[in-house]
Amino acid sequence: MNSEICIDSLWKIYGGSADSAIKQLQSGLDPLDLYQRTGLRAAVRDVSLEIQTGEIFVVMGLSGSGKSTLLRLLNGLVRPCSGEVSIQGRRLSSLGPVELNKLRREQMGMVFQSFALFPHRTVIDNAAFGLEVAGVPRPQRRGLALKALERVGLGDECRKYPHQLSGGMQQRVGLARALALDPPILLMDEAFSALDPLIRSDMQELLLELQAERQRTIVFISHDLDEAIRLGDRIALMQDGQVLQCGTAQSLLSDPASRAVRHFFRDIDSAAVLDVAAIAAMPNFLLVDAAGPSAALDAVVGDPVYVLDESKRLRGVRTCSNGWIEADQLETLRAGTRLRDAMPLVASLAYPPPVVDSAGCFLGVITPRLLLRSLEVNV
Amino acid sequence: MVQALPFGSAYGFAAVHQAGALGLAVDAAVVWLLTYAQSLFDVVNAGVMALVVFTETLLAAPSPWSFALIVAGLGLWRVSGGFALFALLGLNLVLAMGLWDPMISTLALVLTASCLALLIGLPLGVLSARLQPVWRLLRPCLDLMQTMPAFVYLIPAVMLFSTGAVPAIIATLVFAMPPVVRLTQLGIRQVPVDLIEAGRAFGCSELQLLWKVQMPSALPTVMSGVNQTIMLALSMVVIASMIGGGGLGDVVLRGIQQLDVGLGFEGGIAVVILAVILDRLSQSLRLEGERTVEARSRRWRSLWRTP
Repeated sequence: MNSEICIDSLWKIYGGSADSAIKQLQSGLDPLDLYQRTGLRAAVRDVSLEIQTGEIFVVMGLSGSGKSTLLRLLNGLVRPCSGEVSIQGRRLSSLGPVELNKLRREQMGMVFQSFALFPHRTVIDNAAFGLEVAGVPRPQRRGLALKALERVGLGDECRKYPHQLSGGMQQRVGLARALALDPPILLMDEAFSALDPLIRSDMQELLLELQAERQRTIVFISHDLDEAIRLGDRIALMQDGQVLQCGTAQSLLSDPASRAVRHFFRDIDSAAVLDVAAIAAMPNFLLVDAAGPSAALDAVVGDPVYVLDESKRLRGVRTCSNGWIEADQLETLRAGTRLRDAMPLVASLAYPPPVVDSAGCFLGVITPRLLLRSLEVNV
Repeated sequence: MVQALPFGSAYGFAAVHQAGALGLAVDAAVVWLLTYAQSLFDVVNAGVMALVVFTETLLAAPSPWSFALIVAGLGLWRVSGGFALFALLGLNLVLAMGLWDPMISTLALVLTASCLALLIGLPLGVLSARLQPVWRLLRPCLDLMQTMPAFVYLIPAVMLFSTGAVPAIIATLVFAMPPVVRLTQLGIRQVPVDLIEAGRAFGCSELQLLWKVQMPSALPTVMSGVNQTIMLALSMVVIASMIGGGGLGDVVLRGIQQLDVGLGFEGGIAVVILAVILDRLSQSLRLEGERTVEARSRRWRSLWRTP
């Protein structure tokens, strides 16, 4: 089993006894009706997710969609009404308070939207908080905390108090506090939402750097789709306590499960999300298993003609205007390139640029017409 | 006169005839306590007496001049130079008026009563912040303790503990305790939710949550409670001179009884000086780091450091 966090049909209802409410909702009652009739509020409805080890998993939704509650269910700050959360194969409901605290100390760090730094502690004592609670001796925990602070670029500020720092720096302290214990799981609750856009993008970069250094399982809550797309290996879209769809940004964009999902992506620049490989199409004229310019090629009438060898590698292209172009002089697009980055090339070349995968195999070409149509899809 | 106040069950019954049914019941309860729990009160009496004697001996040990210098030094460290000067001059005035010894015994009463009030009040405050039923039970009691006219405490205090310093301290203790309970409860309840969440998310046990998150965050509010308790204790100790508490209250009381305006004024001024000193010093407990000598000396040193 590779999944670090396993969520199995989880329910959380606020405001009273949940059992009958869950039954009613399961049989199709609208949660708004439930709220108006009984005052019970369904925050999380029948959510099942598997979060893999080492991935950045973004839970995306508008405010009130239940995403923060979902995050708090993962470390037991909120107890589910029904369903089960398993962390590394251990069921949360089977843990006593002491074991739960041990799990929180050793396995998970949390970062808060409001930073939640302790105002009476210096920066280094804030960063060392988790270690202090875990009973690590003072010199040792100070060393570890300082290392975490240096990693987030705050090594020199460690004797200040939180209120003496800017918002961005405060959240770096929050991140250092979560990193000091070096936990395999990071829970981030709208961690960058309170920061201004430039700082936010810096912090996103820092998070990606940290992830590149040491793979952690990061569950990131966000209401910002751009942030979700930038950070997330996978994204779960939540609305009214339910997960609408879960998958990579591209699969959500190109293959939305419902109108609601499409609605979310309405304002998203699909050129920034879609991969050239996803829209590449076979060219009209393709010659396979030919050795470059030859009688066979001359026999083909058309423009341009793409020539592949037997292992589907590109040999070259014949165009009317430029004649034969060898493969090593061709401009190609690698799979994984975003449409936005491919646009200049598509616009400037005389022939539609071919797309190749990481092994060099030909996947298709991007014509200007294809490009325009793919942008139009989500409008 | 102190001796003329009702004392003992014989006087108690004599007074009952003026009270209604409720008063009769309260009186009966006090008489019952006197009959069956006398040994308990004796133990409390001896304990509090030992405490107040110890405190007074300790406070009277340094000479007036060194005492004033110590207070001024504390003021310089925690408050400001101006306050230190005021403390020095004020204590000098008390000494000049010949009220040094009464002031020391008043101070001993205040400190003993406040310490006991904090010893009981702080845990009660913590408990009522964490357990809703405790708070629901305690709240009307605190209302009662705070709004009941201060003189009313003197009567049962005298009946249970006779006259002198001990009933004065007990009455003061009851009167001065509510603020510290209330403000401790308030301080802990007001700790921001996200801090509590952060504490729990990093694996705090309940006890760690209290000591590492809630108490430090509530400290300024708790310290205002401590300050209020000390100030209320001072005002009550003066009133408690009517049951033989002694100290500056005695001087004021003599002024009233002999219609001696000058004597009353001197006693009053001494109380005010003591009050200002106690207030500023106990308020300074609330201030964080910035105003300590350490921070100030850092500021001075930074002037010499080349940038």
